[in-house]
Amino acid sequence: MTTPRTLVVAGHGMVAHRLVEAVRAADTGDAWRIVVLAEEPRPAYDRVGLTSYVDGWDPAKLALPGADYAGDEQVELRLGDPVARIDRERRVVRTRAGFEQGYDALVLATGSRPFVPPVKGHDLPGVFVYRTIEDLDAIRAAAGKTGRGRRAALVIGGGLLGLEAAKALRDMGLSPHVVEMGPRLMPLQVDEGGGGLLRRLITALDVTVHTGTSTEAIEKDGERLFVRLGNGTELDLDLVVFSAGIRPRDDLARESGLEVGARGGIAVDLSCRTADENVYAIGECAAVDGRVYGIVAPGYAMAEVVAAQLTGGEATFPEPDTSTKLKLMGVDVASFGDAHAVTEGSLEVVFNDAVAGSYKKLVVSDDSRTLLGGVLVGDASEYNTLRALVGRRLPADPGSILAPAGGGAAVGVDALPDAALICSCNGVSKGAITHSVTEDGCDSVAKIKACTRAGTSCGSCVPMLGKLLSACGVEQSKSLCEHFTQSRAELFEIIRATRISRFSEVISRHGKGTGCAICKPVVASILATLGNGHILGGEQATLQDTNDKFLANMQRNGTYSVVPRIPGGEITPEKLLVIAQVAVEFKLYTKITGGQRIDLFGATVDQLPDIWRRLVDAGFESGHAYGKALRTVKSCVGSTWCRYGVQDSVGLAIELELRYRGLRSPHKIKSGVSGCARECAEARSKDFGIIATENGWNLYVGGNGGMIPRHAELLASDLDTETLVRIIDRFLMFYVRTADRLQRTAPWIEEMDGGLDHLRAVIVDDSLGICEDLEAAMAKHVENYADEWRGVLEDPAKLARFSSFVNAPGTPDPNISFRTEREQNVPLLLGIPEVVER
Amino acid sequence: MTLSVEEARRIWTAVCPVRDIPMSGGVAALLAGEVQVAIFRLPGDECHALSNLDPFSNAAVLARGIVGDVGGTPVVSSPIYTQRFDLRTGECLDDNTVRVTTYPVRVADGVVYVGSP
Repeated sequence: MTTPRTLVVAGHGMVAHRLVEAVRAADTGDAWRIVVLAEEPRPAYDRVGLTSYVDGWDPAKLALPGADYAGDEQVELRLGDPVARIDRERRVVRTRAGFEQGYDALVLATGSRPFVPPVKGHDLPGVFVYRTIEDLDAIRAAAGKTGRGRRAALVIGGGLLGLEAAKALRDMGLSPHVVEMGPRLMPLQVDEGGGGLLRRLITALDVTVHTGTSTEAIEKDGERLFVRLGNGTELDLDLVVFSAGIRPRDDLARESGLEVGARGGIAVDLSCRTADENVYAIGECAAVDGRVYGIVAPGYAMAEVVAAQLTGGEATFPEPDTSTKLKLMGVDVASFGDAHAVTEGSLEVVFNDAVAGSYKKLVVSDDSRTLLGGVLVGDASEYNTLRALVGRRLPADPGSILAPAGGGAAVGVDALPDAALICSCNGVSKGAITHSVTEDGCDSVAKIKACTRAGTSCGSCVPMLGKLLSACGVEQSKSLCEHFTQSRAELFEIIRATRISRFSEVISRHGKGTGCAICKPVVASILATLGNGHILGGEQATLQDTNDKFLANMQRNGTYSVVPRIPGGEITPEKLLVIAQVAVEFKLYTKITGGQRIDLFGATVDQLPDIWRRLVDAGFESGHAYGKALRTVKSCVGSTWCRYGVQDSVGLAIELELRYRGLRSPHKIKSGVSGCARECAEARSKDFGIIATENGWNLYVGGNGGMIPRHAELLASDLDTETLVRIIDRFLMFYVRTADRLQRTAPWIEEMDGGLDHLRAVIVDDSLGICEDLEAAMAKHVENYADEWRGVLEDPAKLARFSSFVNAPGTPDPNISFRTEREQNVPLLLGIPEVVER
Repeated sequence: MTLSVEEARRIWTAVCPVRDIPMSGGVAALLAGEVQVAIFRLPGDECHALSNLDPFSNAAVLARGIVGDVGGTPVVSSPIYTQRFDLRTGECLDDNTVRVTTYPVRVADGVVYVGSP
């Protein structure tokens, strides 16, 4: 083996990380040792997703997998010590801290810096840029200062990044303004028609837009910033964020005598190499053939090009894909190909639906057969298909493609050639994806993502992956089971609209056969949500899963565990004593649960009513530990006792648990309330979690422990209790109505078209006009709640079902026996069943 | 005195009035010798009896499973790990090497009788 050569990478952003990954993947013989010299104090992170950092302020959520190169001896990542000088003669770089590092190949990936125009006052305190996690932390610190009324902020620059910044500021609770010098928002990506609609949609979302004007001056008066615009408008603000474009960081090249482009950027050829054959430049600092690219996909392409050359291959920078799609505050914006129709002879075909709020334009060749580019605003659902068709013949007349759904000749994935790029972030073609389905056996979107990396960066092509799966004949049926072709959400709407209250009627009118262990509990749950009396009333009893059928949790030996509700985890010593006495009397194993209550194990069917009677008499009720229903609202001790608490988390947790107890849902629902940002109640691992702030409550949704842990994301902030409860009412009822069977809130939001932004639009901004209905449904649930255990105790017919044997009610199940472990009863598991041989 | 199954005439045990079994549901009954059976009632008072013991968990729970059908075959799903058993034959539809014992059932004058297997 030869001594490895040294590759030095200056900078560690997304593109640099991609380079290291690509080299390591191809360099099977460890021919390269890689030294990465990074300026930032943390490894490369998802800067494209920077705005999402506002949802929880957790840098770990932006982490790129493997970016610390743990366990890879060939890669050395040095943080916080960037390259300060290059000595090309000696092939050595010198870091800011003064270390020297020799190289055989040097890749400059120094990125770009925010451009701050020399406006008067641009360097005042309270004026920020928007590029790094540290920038956002600084903005947050400034935004968090208490002021009068709703705080206001100005974003200078109405491009893609400026609108992202406006969204972040809105999510922080500020009232954002955006000023753009060009005649419209996102002038580079959208045309005049699209910009007009975009402005209307963004304005409707509480962002004030000023276009066609510049920022004249920023002045400070005490704590306030006053900004004067070119058109005479004066704004009274709490902070200002510059997002007026970026400039390549090419200083290292300039100082070491390397050529830079006419408009900046380290000049490289199509193989991303500078005039010095040992020095390359990639990403936003590079000017490839004179052009600088400010988005990640071309940067990734450059990284792959350099990696291929370093590992013995050949590659040149491909025709870059500068297509853009983003969803801002629920508004789709996309542009692709020749969006501005600069190609000679090109034609523009526009479809503008002002009522529906969608603008679509296709740019086609002069014979209107070949697609050249386009702009989509308001509804970009066809983006992936259309982008992949750029440069190819259209399958239909452009006018009919743009017509609204139903009337037009929609472009299907079938129309795409195999070479069409589906995932532009990771360069995955349609052919590679269909190959993974047909040859490698990928039968789900998740497997395609793992196998091909498609959809793992920005995620915008994920819907296409589903369509390709279907096109390959992999069925992703929404059918509930063999008895119902409908999904759970559809059945919910059928039962709600028809007010059918019996399973037999549901299946005879809308299904077939006699039902099964899938559809029966689903219908039972829907009937329970819609308020059809006790869940063991009449025919409903035989529909329930065994846990619901016996209002307790079946354990592996056929016994049950019993969990009384302890709202918010608060309990008196007297009640604790009752639980202890019951456990002693019935010889039950006791364990504290993760939801701050007590589980009593080992009860036989016939013991359940006796146990409940003791508990109900002492003021307990069912804790619904057995149901697909609200489980617990966990809490920390809150401001009543805690030195750090800012709100009464226990009080709120109890209020919420009592409000939503008994709500039947597609899956279990868990919640938590923390009294301060220290988050001791682990609220962000819950389906809905609440964290106290100085001003009220922040509401997070879609968290999950379980097999696929996920942090809940911020839905709304600084809510008063009444507003908070109203939004949770809507959230839960919307979830209950529309989720699939056994779908927790996290995947429900993930699979929702438009995700969290859409959810926010529906339940916070009432974009569908259904909030009143959702609230009324929840009010009905709260009004009709009754303890299910008491319901059995008060009804002899229901009580009669709680017997061991229909012909010997007093005889215990001879099959159940216990042994002792750590001083408590645990099941004695039997071997092969004897009954079969008898 | 113990008789082998072959030697004995079939013994019928009166278990309960048929109305005590929920429609499309089951109950557990205890036969002589601590034998546990699960008796299921389908529309038309068609009744079936299986061993109550779930062979996958060894818990006596099949009577507490959900009754339904697979392509028209009446089944009960085990409440522990959800395997389905044919109510008429005891065959497990999810593992054809497994079968639970079935018992003959008759309903006379509104009373359910279970016979020895």
